[in-house]
Parts: sequence; structure tokens; C-alpha cells
Amino acid sequence: MTVIELDDVRKIYRSGTLAVEAVRGVSARIDEGEMVAIMGPSGSGKSTLMHIIGCLDVPTSGTYRLMGDDVSRMSEVELAEVRNHRIGFVFQQYNLLPSLQAWRNVELPLTYAGVGKLERRQRAMEALERVGVAEQALHRPGEMSGGQQQRVAVARALVTNPDLILCDEPTGALDTVAAAEVLSLLQELHRAGRTVVLITHEAEVAAGAEKIMRIRDGLFVGDGGLHVGAGA
Amino acid sequence: MSWSETLRTGVEAVRSHRLRSALTILGILIGIAAVILTVGLGEGAQQQVTSEISALGTNLLTVTPGSSTSTAGIRGGLGSASTLTLRDATALASPSVAPDVKAVAPVAQSSEVLTAGNTNWTTAVVGSTPAWLSVRGRQLAAGRFFDNQELSSDAAVTVLAPTTASELFGPADPVGQTVDVAGIPMTVIGVLTSVGSASSSATSQDDQAVVPITTATQRIFGSSGTSVQSILIEATSSSTLSAAYQETDNELLVLHHITTPAAADFTITTQQSLLSTATSVDKTLTVLLAGIAAIALLVGGIGVMNIMLVSVTERVREIGLRKALGAAPATIRRQFLVEASVLGLVGGVLGAGLGIVGAEVLPFFISNPIAISPAATAGAIVVAIAIGVGFGVYPASRAARLAPIDALRNE
Repeated sequence: MTVIELDDVRKIYRSGTLAVEAVRGVSARIDEGEMVAIMGPSGSGKSTLMHIIGCLDVPTSGTYRLMGDDVSRMSEVELAEVRNHRIGFVFQQYNLLPSLQAWRNVELPLTYAGVGKLERRQRAMEALERVGVAEQALHRPGEMSGGQQQRVAVARALVTNPDLILCDEPTGALDTVAAAEVLSLLQELHRAGRTVVLITHEAEVAAGAEKIMRIRDGLFVGDGGLHVGAGA
Repeated sequence: MSWSETLRTGVEAVRSHRLRSALTILGILIGIAAVILTVGLGEGAQQQVTSEISALGTNLLTVTPGSSTSTAGIRGGLGSASTLTLRDATALASPSVAPDVKAVAPVAQSSEVLTAGNTNWTTAVVGSTPAWLSVRGRQLAAGRFFDNQELSSDAAVTVLAPTTASELFGPADPVGQTVDVAGIPMTVIGVLTSVGSASSSATSQDDQAVVPITTATQRIFGSSGTSVQSILIEATSSSTLSAAYQETDNELLVLHHITTPAAADFTITTQQSLLSTATSVDKTLTVLLAGIAAIALLVGGIGVMNIMLVSVTERVREIGLRKALGAAPATIRRQFLVEASVLGLVGGVLGAGLGIVGAEVLPFFISNPIAISPAATAGAIVVAIAIGVGFGVYPASRAARLAPIDALRNE
């Protein structure tokens, strides 16, 4: 099953008379169970592409199918639902709510999905266990290390059982040891069958994926996919 | 996201910014307490006036000579030319003429000097009939009221109001003593109870001497006629008051040979009309004060809006994250609206609490009574929530409109 199917996707930002084409006709396929790194320097359009893939933004032209559904023309409300059910986000700055305990941060997407209280709690605890921070369930983000916080964020991405885990520079704010741990966690999820897309500018991080797609000036370099050995 | 979840999120957001929330709540609190207290103050003043007027007797009609016309001015003469007579009073007391009238008390009144021993006291001498006691709704503290026999025999007896009695006789028992009224020695046969209030009208109620009307007109005032200054009429019940009014009106028109009601030479006043005149001033004041309080509340509401806008700006990242995790715009809007209404609700409840405490404490410092009505208190709390919601709409829809990427980009 194809998870992501991009067909000539373009994104043009206009501010006043100036139009900037951040993504200039990108086509790609990512299948279920793949772990793909989208790599490029800053300003290459990788963030814009990440926003489109994450349904945080819609393309100016072209089509984007997520699990076969065309999401490129969806309304804001429909997109919110797609983000909730199909995508789990992991951000560079963890983006946990500081006032909530870890498990409450993890259950947040389930709250928006309308899942009942007991089930939410149970699934949040399972997800925290899965990423190895079950003991920190009652800690607030400020009481945890960066690595632990990012694990909680991964648990939050997993809890809805999404079709796609989308990571935006997931190790960017971590030290080498924690970064390696988070990366191996993502690889472990990939081996368990998850589809993982990593957006990064670091070659070492990209090397952790089984496929690297390089983006530069809003276009994929080469044929849009260079296979590397899994876990290499 | 369920309502209980939204409410929990809202309460958490309010609690996580304690100082800011407290200050916003304070604004609402002061506004609500001000509204409750000013309305309570007005209500209290009205209740006081109402109780004073009903202390004059219940279901009471007062007939006075002359008639006020729509073009202002009074028709007919007062005093010596009084058009009301004892005959009118007697006719109205007949059950066949006015079945809804329970009792009739004609009143002739004058200010006279009372002397007991070497003590002088100038007060109102009220001439009336035995029905006066029940019509006025008064009670006796000691002795008895004069009867019909004493009325028909122009007996030299008087019943004193408590202030008059104590001014003339001090602590001694006045019943059985003699008092000179305008030089005529009269026996004190009874003392009235106090109407028990400190207002000016109550003061005059507590300082008077009541005598048989025959004694008053013929022996004290020295007028030979049978005219009276007013006729007090008590209806059988509050529901028959308007019927009694009609019967009185018709009978007096007939007795005075007046064919058109507009040309009447008398005026019938109900307690209701007295009441509305007396309370209209209080009402104006209440409206004025409540207006000022409402402005305080409005300022509180603007405070809520201000804080919510700051909150939206400050929490752009949080909003973006929530949207990325699947919160629909409507959910975000609802979250901020609930947050604003929680501020309003807490402010409203605390303000109502402060208002109620103030209503208990303030009367010790400012002699005016404050009446807190439960309906007004509940209304004030509802208004506080409405202010939270009303002033929360704009900030909430701003939050809901934020694009998730703009929100997340903010670092």
C-alpha cells in the first residue's frame, strides 16, 4: 500500500508582489513500512514539503494522496481529522505542553479523537511503555531530560496508531547520545512495520533511514530516492 | 473533544497563569459586587418605603378634598371650604352602598398645644372615629381606644401615641391622667404602640393625640361645621381594593351631585399611588447607580478580552501544536471561549459572594438597608459568564484562525 503519493506538487508563497516558489513540482511515492529521510540544506523547501506531507498546509497545485485519499483540496476541518487519525508528529523542540504530565501530553491526540477517558489513559501508558519512559508518566516536561521529552513526543505520535510518523529534525535539539537513542527508537518502530518519514539536514541522521530523498531548491535531486542499507 | 475535557483544559489554563487570571477575575468581581450592592441598596430603600407606607394601614384608600386635574392645579378648596363631610363618611360606611369597604375613618386634624402638669408639647391632634385604629393598622400598648358612645357624646378622652405620651408624662403611666388639649382637660384612656421605624413619616405616626372627631371639631378646633380633612377607607381585602375605589367614587359623586367624573371635587389616593411616587426617586437613583456599576462590569469585560488576546498571542505555539495533533478550529475556539467564561464564572461567583458579605456588613456603616435578591444574584453570575463569553469571542476566533504552520514556526 502506498502511504504517500506526491504528483507534481508545487507551493508558491506570495507576499505582496513577491512570489516565492518553495516547492517546484515534486513527485514521490513512499510505501507502507518504509523509513525515508528527506534531506536538504535550509531553504531547500524541505520544511514546506514537510508541512504539505503533514497536512499542515495544502499545495498550490498538484495532488497529494495520503493512504489513497486526495488531501490536497481538503478543508481545514477535514485536514484536522486527517492529522489526528493518520499522522503522528515528532518535532525538533518536542512541543510538549509544559503544564501537563507526560501521560496527559500523550493522550492529547486521543482527546481530540473523542476517545473515552479510561481507554485514553490505558493507550497513553502503553505508548509510554513502548518508548521506554513509562516511569516518567507523571512527570511534567520540565522535569525530564531532552531525550526523555522526545521519547514522550514519539509516544504521543504513536498513540493514535497512525499510518505515518512524520519527524521534523527529531534529533536537532539533542546531544549525541540522546540523538542516537531517539534515532534507534525510530528505527525500531520502522522494523515493527511503521512508516517513518524523517526531515533533516544532517547526513548522519538521514543515514539512519533506508532511503534518502535529497531536496534542493524545491526539487528532488536525482530520481527522488537513493536506497541505502537499513540501519546503516 | 467532549465538553468536560474542554472545561478541564480551560480550568487548567486559568490555573496555570495564576496572577494574570486573578487580576482578570478581580475586574469582573468588582463589577459584579458593585451591581449586586447598588441594586440591593435600591431594593432596600424601596422595601423600607413600602413597609413604611403599608404601616399606615393595609388596603387603604385616602379621600381628600379637591381634585388634581390633568392640566395641573387643584380644583376646589381645602380647609374651611372642605367638601368632605361626616355625612360622606357615614354613607360610605353603609354595607349596602359600599359592600367592599370594611371600615371608614373620617379624619380632622390640627396642631395643638398639649399640657400635662407644667409640661407643654405641641403635636398633631387627630379627630376620628373608633374605626381609625383598625384602618390605620395601629395597636394599643396600654388602656383602650374610645368607643362609639364616647364619639356621640363628644367625650373629653384621648389616646396618645408613644412619643407624645413619653414627652408629656415621662416614664409614668399616662393612662388615667389628665392632659389639657388646647385648654380643654381630657382623660388619657390609652397609649398606642410605636410603628417601629426611624423614618420621618414614622416619627409623625408616633407623635400624635387621637380624640373622637366630634370632640375635635366642636370642642377643640371650634369649627361648627361637619367637614373633615380626609376620609380613610379600608377595603375588605387587597383584591377588592379597586372595587372599593369604584364604590367610593360613585357614592361621593352622587352625594356631591356631580354628574361628570372629571368635575369631581375630591381625590381618592391608593397606597399604590403613594408608593409609586415615593419609590420613583429611589428608582431613578438605583438606575443611576446600576448604570455606574454596569460600566465597572464593562471595564471588567474588556479586561477579559485583553487577557484573552494576550493569552492567544502568547500561546501561539500551543495552539499550533493542538491543531497539528488534530484539534479542529471549532475545538480551539471552544477551548478559549470556555477559558474566558471560566474567568467570568469565577469572577461572578466571587463577586456575588463579596456583594452578599457587603450587604451584611455595610448597613452597620451606612444606616441604609441593603436587600439582596437571589434572582438578581443569579442574574449577575449569568451576566458575568455572558461577559466572559461575549468578550472571549474575538480572541477565541483569532486563535481558531491561526494556521498551524504559522503557529509552529514561532520559536
